[in-house]
Amino acid sequence: MIPHFTILPILLPLLSAVVLMFFWSKPRNQRVLSVIGHGLTLMASYYLAQKTFTGEIFSVQAGNWSAPFGITFVADALSGMLVLLASLAAFAVSIFSAASIGNGRASFGYFPILQFLLMGLNGSFLAGDIFNLYVWFEVIIISSFVLITLGGEKAQLEGAVKYVTLNLLASVIFLTGIAVLYGIMGSLNLADLAVKISASPDKGLINTAAILFLVGFGIKSAIFPMYFWLPASYHTPPAAVSAIFGGLLTKVGVYALIRVFSLLFIEDPFIRDVFIVLAVLSMITGAVGAIGQQNIRKVFSYLIISHIGFMIAGLGMYSTLALMGAVFYLFHDILVKTNVFLISGVIFKMRGSFRLENLGGLYNKFPLISIVFAIVMFSLVGTPPLSGFWPKLYLLQSSFTEGELWIFGAILLASFLTLIAIVKVWLAAFWKKPVENKIAMERIVWHQLIPIEKFLILLPILILTTATLYIGFYAENISDICKLIAEQIQDKSGYIEAVMPQIETNINPENIP
Amino acid sequence: MEILLAVTIGLLYAAGIFLILRRSLVRLIIGLVLLGNGANLLIFLLGRISKGQPPIIPEESKVFLDAYADPIPQALILTAIVISFGLQAYAIILVKRAYRVVKTDDIDNMITTDEV
Amino acid sequence: MNTVILKTASKYLLPLLLLFSVFVLLRGHYLPGGGFVGGLIASIAFVLHAFANGLPDTQRLLRMHPGFLMPVGLMISLLSGIFPMLFSKPFMTGVWKSDPIPVIGSLGSALFFDIGVYLVVIGASLTIIFTISETK
Repeated sequence: MIPHFTILPILLPLLSAVVLMFFWSKPRNQRVLSVIGHGLTLMASYYLAQKTFTGEIFSVQAGNWSAPFGITFVADALSGMLVLLASLAAFAVSIFSAASIGNGRASFGYFPILQFLLMGLNGSFLAGDIFNLYVWFEVIIISSFVLITLGGEKAQLEGAVKYVTLNLLASVIFLTGIAVLYGIMGSLNLADLAVKISASPDKGLINTAAILFLVGFGIKSAIFPMYFWLPASYHTPPAAVSAIFGGLLTKVGVYALIRVFSLLFIEDPFIRDVFIVLAVLSMITGAVGAIGQQNIRKVFSYLIISHIGFMIAGLGMYSTLALMGAVFYLFHDILVKTNVFLISGVIFKMRGSFRLENLGGLYNKFPLISIVFAIVMFSLVGTPPLSGFWPKLYLLQSSFTEGELWIFGAILLASFLTLIAIVKVWLAAFWKKPVENKIAMERIVWHQLIPIEKFLILLPILILTTATLYIGFYAENISDICKLIAEQIQDKSGYIEAVMPQIETNINPENIP
Repeated sequence: MEILLAVTIGLLYAAGIFLILRRSLVRLIIGLVLLGNGANLLIFLLGRISKGQPPIIPEESKVFLDAYADPIPQALILTAIVISFGLQAYAIILVKRAYRVVKTDDIDNMITTDEV
Repeated sequence: MNTVILKTASKYLLPLLLLFSVFVLLRGHYLPGGGFVGGLIASIAFVLHAFANGLPDTQRLLRMHPGFLMPVGLMISLLSGIFPMLFSKPFMTGVWKSDPIPVIGSLGSALFFDIGVYLVVIGASLTIIFTISETK
């Protein structure tokens, strides 16, 4: 029985994108069809995720070529959860876009490209070999290039130049890493490589490949010395686009780091030390950067960098508890970061500006909506019992018991700085007296929106907030899944066996004559 | 042949990195193109090069009769070339648009996005 | 370009090149060729026509926007990939009709995948080239 449902989260966005392309010049139909397409993908992803949470690992060999020769798709619990969250975030963004993206952008293919982006994301989470991971990364970056430049404003183009350059550079470095790895191992399948690398004596070249992958994925996930493109570009496109970028694109880099390094390179203590140093520096620099910013979207952009550090720290420590913290933080961060960027879009509609000095008085005017926003922003900080608290607790506990006191201190400091940054945003945007700024006042569109549009703009925020609250209040469910994932990451044999069932008979000592 | 290819790859990487460190947008794109070509050649070289043995089975037989060149690097390069074709076409259009809107070819003048 | 020789030649070259592109498309799978190369040859045929007779002439000849070929091609490729899943085989497994058809040869889902690629490549490359040459 072939588990066809494994690749449905890739096929459904592709199908929706093709259908949407037939409606190229009819933006109104595209809005409805796009939401339906994302809804179907969400259902398929939920089905897949449910199946993977039992601990079973599914694999599909495309074209019926058995691994390691063909193209493999693998879904373990980590992939399942990430596919589910990516589809959920994309579904929310798609509703938000349906109400907020103008016809100008829609007639240049905004909605099909959004589907292609989700296809790329789900593809990378399910890819079972390293070259396919590269191809899915390219699908993601091509779609993101289009999304970031659609509209062609000056700031957008300037941001895009930086974003495009560094992402292309990251791809070239990733490709170089693949070349080196293929040269020494002669294989591209992750499971096959995991078997071959642990048996290989060629540690020097393997570490070269590892560092190339670290730099390539590091640029994409914006860890410490390689993050400069992120705050220069994420605040330029429309809010819906920066929401899906902020929520998901850097997380694909983190996923690739977790997947590739846990399967291939993590046994080397040198690599783990590198991770820990980079994690500490990312946490602190990102949080310090966030405090100094005046544009809300730039505050959140810097917080992305800081919070990527938390996940990398968990990967660097590599104990079960630390990995649980890292993946739990990853899940929480996808939902919350997508949500805060959507919220910044709503604030722009209400106040006509992203800059803190022009905002104010939101709590007075929209008390109920402000409370929802507060929940999201304080789960970003990690106030108990909201969702950001639990992963931080795991990370603190594991760093303390393992004596990684630098990480312990950095987590506390970064959380505190995040709190300052968020409180600053809260005071300036919600509690301060409203500021009368002429240019900003002209851009306020909230009172012109009809009720159904207001509802469609707030609905995705409510959906994501509910998911965040669920993670916070039913943390034991999520932490069970995270424990399963951490165990699957540490014990590679399940993954290898799911991809290449014949390998087991080979290593069984009774079979060796 | 290996030495020649290795030197070429080194030169392509060096020239590419030199060009992306320039301030001109056009040189930046050319630098990225050279880096991409260097990476493709690197895959080709690391897949072990062999001469005159295409991985094609003769029509009358069912299996390979002789040693054959590894087809995977060629498939990888073909994929990478197609991808970089799309990306470079995009990048050229982007530079053209950016030049028209920002009215400069100098990356140092693109500082709108860095304001606090 | 305004040369009589190229103009006259392009009139005869266009059908020849298109025929050759279909030949390359059908030759693929077991022999060098296939949808990608075939699509490039076909789009070069139209580009040559545009060189000789000007872009508006070629667009009139095509009758529709080349971008429309992309979703059509993608749909054909996607369906040819999904088709084997109906016989509970993995995605994109080659399903072959048992006896060969004259001229075309053996018919399989791989051929439809290649036809899809062929259309996507024509659509994409013509869209890119037309867009670049249209802007003044």
